[in-house]
Amino acid sequence: MTTKIIFIVAYLILAPFIGGLLDGIDRKISARMQGRKGPSVFQPFFDVAKLFNKEVLLVNKAQAFLVLSYLGFIMFTGALLYSGADLLLCFFTLTTAALFLVLASCSTSSPFSSIGSQRELLQMMAYEPMVILTAIGFYYATGSFKASNIVAGNMSAIVYLPGIFVGFVFILTIKMRKSPFDLSASHHPHQEIVKGITTELSGGLLAITDIAEWYENVFLLSIVGMFLINTSVVSIVAAVAVVIVVYFLEILIDNTSARMRWDKVLKLAWSVTIIAGGINLVVLQVLKSLI
Amino acid sequence: MANVKRSPWLLHYDGSSCNGCDIEVLACTTPVYDVERFGVVNTGDPFHADIFLITGGINSQNKEVVEQIYSQMPSPKVVVAVGTCACTGGVFKECYNILGGVDTVIPVDIYVPGCAARPESIIDGVVKAVALFQEKADAMDSKK
Amino acid sequence: MNLNLIAFLILFPFVVAVIQKFVKNNKIRGGVTYIGAAAIILTVAAIAATWITKQESIELLVNTEIIDKVIICGEVFLVCLITYLSFKYKKYPVCLLSIVQTAMVIWVDVAGPELEEGAHLLIDRMSLIMMVIVGVIGSLICVYAVGYLAGYHEHHKEVEDRRPYFFMLLFVFLGAMFGLVLSKNLLWMDFFWEITSVCSFLLIGYTRTEEAVNNSFRALWMNLLGGLGFATAIVYTAVTAGTVDLGDLVAMASTGSIALLPIALLAFAALTKSAQMPFSSWLLGAMVAPTPSSALLHSATMVKAGVYLLIRLAPAMTGNQVGLMISTIGGFTFFAASMLAIAQSDGKKVLAYSTISNLGLITACAGIGTSETVWAAVFLIIFHAVSKSMLFQGVGSIENSLHSRDVEDMGGLLRSLPKLAWIMIIGICGMYLAPFGMLISKWAAISAFIDSGNVLMIIFLIFGSATTVFYWSKWLTKLVSLKKVEPVKNVTQKNQMFSLYIHACAMICLCFVFPLLSAQYVLPMIEGMYGAAAPVISDGNLYTMAILLVAIVVFPAVMYLFTRNMTDEYTQSYLAGVNTGDGSKFVDSFGGEKDLVVSNWYMDGIFGEKKLTVPCTIISAVIIVVMLCVIMGGAF
Repeated sequence: MTTKIIFIVAYLILAPFIGGLLDGIDRKISARMQGRKGPSVFQPFFDVAKLFNKEVLLVNKAQAFLVLSYLGFIMFTGALLYSGADLLLCFFTLTTAALFLVLASCSTSSPFSSIGSQRELLQMMAYEPMVILTAIGFYYATGSFKASNIVAGNMSAIVYLPGIFVGFVFILTIKMRKSPFDLSASHHPHQEIVKGITTELSGGLLAITDIAEWYENVFLLSIVGMFLINTSVVSIVAAVAVVIVVYFLEILIDNTSARMRWDKVLKLAWSVTIIAGGINLVVLQVLKSLI
Repeated sequence: MANVKRSPWLLHYDGSSCNGCDIEVLACTTPVYDVERFGVVNTGDPFHADIFLITGGINSQNKEVVEQIYSQMPSPKVVVAVGTCACTGGVFKECYNILGGVDTVIPVDIYVPGCAARPESIIDGVVKAVALFQEKADAMDSKK
Repeated sequence: MNLNLIAFLILFPFVVAVIQKFVKNNKIRGGVTYIGAAAIILTVAAIAATWITKQESIELLVNTEIIDKVIICGEVFLVCLITYLSFKYKKYPVCLLSIVQTAMVIWVDVAGPELEEGAHLLIDRMSLIMMVIVGVIGSLICVYAVGYLAGYHEHHKEVEDRRPYFFMLLFVFLGAMFGLVLSKNLLWMDFFWEITSVCSFLLIGYTRTEEAVNNSFRALWMNLLGGLGFATAIVYTAVTAGTVDLGDLVAMASTGSIALLPIALLAFAALTKSAQMPFSSWLLGAMVAPTPSSALLHSATMVKAGVYLLIRLAPAMTGNQVGLMISTIGGFTFFAASMLAIAQSDGKKVLAYSTISNLGLITACAGIGTSETVWAAVFLIIFHAVSKSMLFQGVGSIENSLHSRDVEDMGGLLRSLPKLAWIMIIGICGMYLAPFGMLISKWAAISAFIDSGNVLMIIFLIFGSATTVFYWSKWLTKLVSLKKVEPVKNVTQKNQMFSLYIHACAMICLCFVFPLLSAQYVLPMIEGMYGAAAPVISDGNLYTMAILLVAIVVFPAVMYLFTRNMTDEYTQSYLAGVNTGDGSKFVDSFGGEKDLVVSNWYMDGIFGEKKLTVPCTIISAVIIVVMLCVIMGGAF
């Protein structure tokens, strides 16, 4: 119980710092890839600090509490994961959290944020199957949905789940709003439909969506890590290494690809889910029935 | 005192410019000048912006647009007029549809002359704007 | 005592129906409906209460010669009615279906093989659940219908006012539905099954427009086709096993002492009743009927009769070809219908597709037929009945006030019709969002499907959930968009709001009593069916869900209070600086003002009916035909 609480508290405190730093590193590496010097790695923190010092312009009353609820539920999701809870439950909560942002954005009925929110929903539809499939894959590999049991196996789950790992990294690009899948809202170097889902958010509220995104990224990368972690210490080192490699890969993809049309995104994401995830699952099922 | 000057976000609006200045503004974000190293980001959204960069003069059609975009920027905010046209109306000043420089509709803080304004002078203007942005933020802070 | 109550429960609605037929005054009709509804709810409550004190299944009515004769008369009457109407509207083939199956059933009854004596009615946990759903939700919908039809005829002057007839059918249907869920004897069940089909047929044709008549006949022939399957199953069982008892049949089929064919045929009948693909088109057509009948028959209760029968059959479907057929069709329907729902903007059509889709999930659960999936299926039935009935009634009321049921017209509803908008929001959230009931059941279904090792089912389920999230969220975004709208006159009557509020409360309460209901009621029921049952979702997770449930209400509320006075200044949304007025208009390129219209995505090119309906129908039809052939091959 105590370790659980320590984990939760550690996540809630450290995640924004790690997430923010990763974001800063992302911007630095991106700049270098484009032959620029780039901002300081602490730039995301400067941005957020500045945003909190700006006035908050609102279009309606609902925006503020919806955005705050979005952050709240993202934090709840991460806390659930670090308390070792059921992975499916974590993912369902994540969907609920994402919906709050969508509602905040479409409550303004501005065309830009409305397109942004519709695209966000489309992206949710594109990645949701793979996300659930990831949880199912973990169940096949370790016999449990509980995060605490998944990381306590003797063997890393990735041994059983190479296809699902590939699929998850693929949809990670959508979740992290990286090009070519940054349809609903893009990061600084890119622009799409103004700022998509965050168009009408100003000052502190925008800062809160940034922080929520940091929490979410740490949550997602933790899932990536879970593919590796088992009882041995080496696996934790390996997990950190894999997370770093995956994150670098995302940055590389972001900088080397052009934005896709929404229908391509949907079809591609579903195809990858079926091919990488589905085949992996079938193989696991066959193996299971043989043993 | 909050340190806001490390993260000035720009909003670039093209009034009735000949596009000369616009190209120079965009040139600032290229690797050669790389304004992002100062934390400058070229955003397209007034709700996110701190510094309003306008090129070209104001005509009767975009007058309201500029006013509205200005009103959608949260305080503290700084307005920079880039290029001679934005400063005074420039060579278009006597046109039937031109009202004049940007300061005919909204208060301008920094004037960057030039036809077209060079990237160096634009960056210089932005650096001045950043200092003013910090000043305004501090003033807002102390008012609280 | 019990028999009297049960008899009262089945017969009383028929009595009310007869009275309704002759009441011409609207006020008196309202009164009769309220009294009838209250009496039904009280009776259901009394039966449930007596049952709770005893906690055991009760079998009733062994010797029923007189009633059997009455039922035969009833069946003949139904045949005559269908034949008359099919001739009147020149849809001749339909009456053949009816005549053949009734002849078969009457043959079994009158001249068939000697049948084992046995109870005709059964009250156990499953039928009690259905009884409560039909009794409470059905009665509330009748109450709602009083106000709804007043508004409906106000707004649809072109439709002939046949309210006595409408209310008569509603109550006939309720009586038949009670009969159906309480019957143990297949002959009786078939009779009530036919009544519900005919009620549905007549209600769909209420407006007597050409479209309504065509749709009603489509519903009729599809349901009669299922009825034919039902009748064939009865004949087969009677001839080969000498019994027409559902419980005996399932027991025999589970042990393998009778071929699977009757189970397959009954399941086939259930598929038509529950509007599974390829028979889903009748349910869509049924949306032309006034909304209370859509809520009552076509989402909350009658279509549940199909999945109810499937759950009864579930032990006989575990791991065999029938189970494979049913689960594949169900899973496929779940996915296909939820995709089709995306391209719809007509509110009732979205609800119809969502109903088909959710019934598909229940069907799939029943088809897999393990204790975990049946657990999930039961909860899906409960939650779906409550929230879908609420959504239908909500849409109906919105339509009466707004004169449109198009989702696109519901923008700004939170401003113009706040109460109804909140009802819709609660209902929609209940359909798919963590931590509400439907999602818990879906979650259980995922876990159970994995344990059954059916990868295809898992694929259907994960894709189906994703598309479900899309079309519901899309509707939700419309409801919460706070755009400025013209004020709308709310014509919703008190009786309608009464029903809606009770539904909303029931839905929220159900989420909280869920763990209790599972442990105290449903798990013992599954244990009775399978001999053993383990909780599908651990208590720890249910508590987390409860925390989440509180959080989802409390957190935004607290945040709202916290941020309420955050700013005094409101600005207009960003529109490249060309907003005018209050932000609902913008300046176009000619300098004129244009209305700002923001629309949802429908993606007709990918998910449109034109694109998907035909392939989906063909695929599902092929699955059914092939599987039935295989099963028949095994039978002979």
